[in-house]
Amino acid sequence: MVELNAAVALLGRFPALTGVDLRIEAGETVLLQGPNGAGKTTLLRLCAGLLVPESGTVTVLGYDLAAGPERRAVRRRVALLGHSTGLYEDLTVAENVRFWARAGGLDVEPSVERVVGALQRLGLDDGLLDLPVHRLSAGQRRRTSLAALVVRRPELWLLDEPHAGLDQAGRKVVDELIGDAVAAGGTVVVSSHELERVRLLSPRVVTLAGGTVHRDTSS
Amino acid sequence: MTETMVTTGTTTGSGGSRVLGAVTLLGLATLLLFAFGLTEPDVRLHPTTGEEIGQFDAVRLLYLHVPLAVFTYVAFVLCAVASAGYLVRRTPWFDTMAHAAAEVGTVFCGLVLVTGSIWGRPVWNTWWEWGDVRLMTTLVLFLMFAGYLALRRATVDPRAAALRGAVVALVAVLDLPLVNRSVEWWENRTLHQKSTLGELKIQDLTLFTLMLGFLVFGLVLAWLLLHRFRVGWLEREDAELGVATAIAERRAAIDGGDVDAAVGEDA
Amino acid sequence: MSRFLADARLVAAKDLRIEARSRVVLNQVAPFALLVLVLFGFALDADQRTLRAFAPGLFWVAVLLCALLAIQRSVSVEQADGALSGLRLSGMSPAALFVGKASAVFVQLVVLEVLLTAGIIVLYGSEVDQPLLVFATGLLAAVAVACTGTLYGALASGLGVRETLLPILLLPVLAPVLIGATRAFDDALGSAAVDGWSWLGLLAVFAVVATAGGALAFGALVEE
Repeated sequence: MVELNAAVALLGRFPALTGVDLRIEAGETVLLQGPNGAGKTTLLRLCAGLLVPESGTVTVLGYDLAAGPERRAVRRRVALLGHSTGLYEDLTVAENVRFWARAGGLDVEPSVERVVGALQRLGLDDGLLDLPVHRLSAGQRRRTSLAALVVRRPELWLLDEPHAGLDQAGRKVVDELIGDAVAAGGTVVVSSHELERVRLLSPRVVTLAGGTVHRDTSS
Repeated sequence: MTETMVTTGTTTGSGGSRVLGAVTLLGLATLLLFAFGLTEPDVRLHPTTGEEIGQFDAVRLLYLHVPLAVFTYVAFVLCAVASAGYLVRRTPWFDTMAHAAAEVGTVFCGLVLVTGSIWGRPVWNTWWEWGDVRLMTTLVLFLMFAGYLALRRATVDPRAAALRGAVVALVAVLDLPLVNRSVEWWENRTLHQKSTLGELKIQDLTLFTLMLGFLVFGLVLAWLLLHRFRVGWLEREDAELGVATAIAERRAAIDGGDVDAAVGEDA
Repeated sequence: MSRFLADARLVAAKDLRIEARSRVVLNQVAPFALLVLVLFGFALDADQRTLRAFAPGLFWVAVLLCALLAIQRSVSVEQADGALSGLRLSGMSPAALFVGKASAVFVQLVVLEVLLTAGIIVLYGSEVDQPLLVFATGLLAAVAVACTGTLYGALASGLGVRETLLPILLLPVLAPVLIGATRAFDDALGSAAVDGWSWLGLLAVFAVVATAGGALAFGALVEE
């Protein structure tokens, strides 16, 4: 599913990843942990096809991410939840979810039911549907961008600190979401500092430090 | 290709380039001697009134201006070809060459505009002439590549800088015929054509000096390109070395205890 | 192909919807357009005969200045909170993204042109002798500017200096458009004896090359 060999990634001139060897099988749940600046976000973005590997090989879902077209192809089958929400302030919740779902490869305009369903799944009141995003709180925005991912039903989930900015109820929702994705057979890689919560899922734990894999409980 | 072009670490000079430099300097000195000393000013007799007309001493600038103009275009064509090569091949050689050619070309282009303007003052009685085809085209060309250089300088990520630069260079070169065409159709005031080389008596010494001018500025272009390319190459190597060092340093600095503390596994 | 068109339409609709909500072009750029016409009036000594003679050129300079703002806005919409990353992440074809964004800018430019046309009629006393020529020129020039501008907007994006870099990158390249459109308007507004229709050929070539070239180049760029 995901395989990295001596992968190096640069952010400008800074070596964010200094050589990563990692192999993740389909259906695995992986907790990615490590100190701040270890390269967790970079690793997730690399696997999502957003970064060009400087050296080494990165293969995701069979795509070799050294090539541009392959990187583009992999993005539609992967869901990355990053630090930013990627939402358009002036559009409503429903418009944003619909846009991002369609942009991400959904062939048909997602039905209202599906959108509402996704929002409800994330504990969002459907009264929020027609509210412009700039009226939402940070936590609500986070849940909205998650909803856009949920609507797409991706094969590989890359979640970068999904609990951040959410209240306790929101965090529970994220846990349930991850649980659902795992139960449905999806591959989930979660980078988080909420270690206790994620460990409840008995994931494989990969510790990143200094841009490389420091420890890996699977080996 | 790279081995013959790059020297060791600290200097961009090499045996070959020093010889080239010496020959170029000598040629430049000879050219200036001929252009400003040995050749005659352009003095002709008006066919009907019999008075003296012509460009007089201003014609001397042409020995510089015309070769500069030709090699400006050579440099920018080189930049365009190297940019296209980069887009296809994505190797650093093409990118470094494109950047070097653009920089040298922009300098040459600026000199063309300046020498042209100085020449134009006594001959056309104006520092600038709107609607003259070559003048406008060269000015727009200069502006486009000044923008290219600004963009490259402002882009931090080297790969992005190379990519964006290549696109800008190609668009600029493709746009140029359109600029030329549009100015040409626009005004018929072509002072350039009124006093081309054809009107001057180009023979013997003036012909020789002009040819010498082409030769010398060709050498100047080559010398400047060579060194600018090497500077760019060394900069790139330095950056890569920096990255390799940074990687090694980062990995060496990993402290297991700190990591455990960060992930809460110290107990 | 249908995917391409669907994606392009999706992006164009999104941009136009954002504009409909935020009204930036309507509330800020449009007044700026009129302001430019007024400034020209102050600068050129407000003699309507002079202004009318220069109206074509002043019109197109105003359009270019407004285009800068519209393109900056088109780019900055994507800077908001990682939307650009999101668009790249969506795996959408970059060419479709280009066509979508350029189309939205095109629509906004046409609106601005209509406004400016009314402006020069009212403020400078221009008379539209050949409405068809005005119409054709306006459309072709808008395509040329929107496509070239969208490409250069991407070229200058992500840099702290985008606002200052975009004008010096974009405007020299658009010189043929300025020259051609002004000459066409000279004919269409009766301010000079020029064959405006022959200039449309140049504008058309520019528009076609800008569209095709922009779509191609966008692919290489967004891949970074």
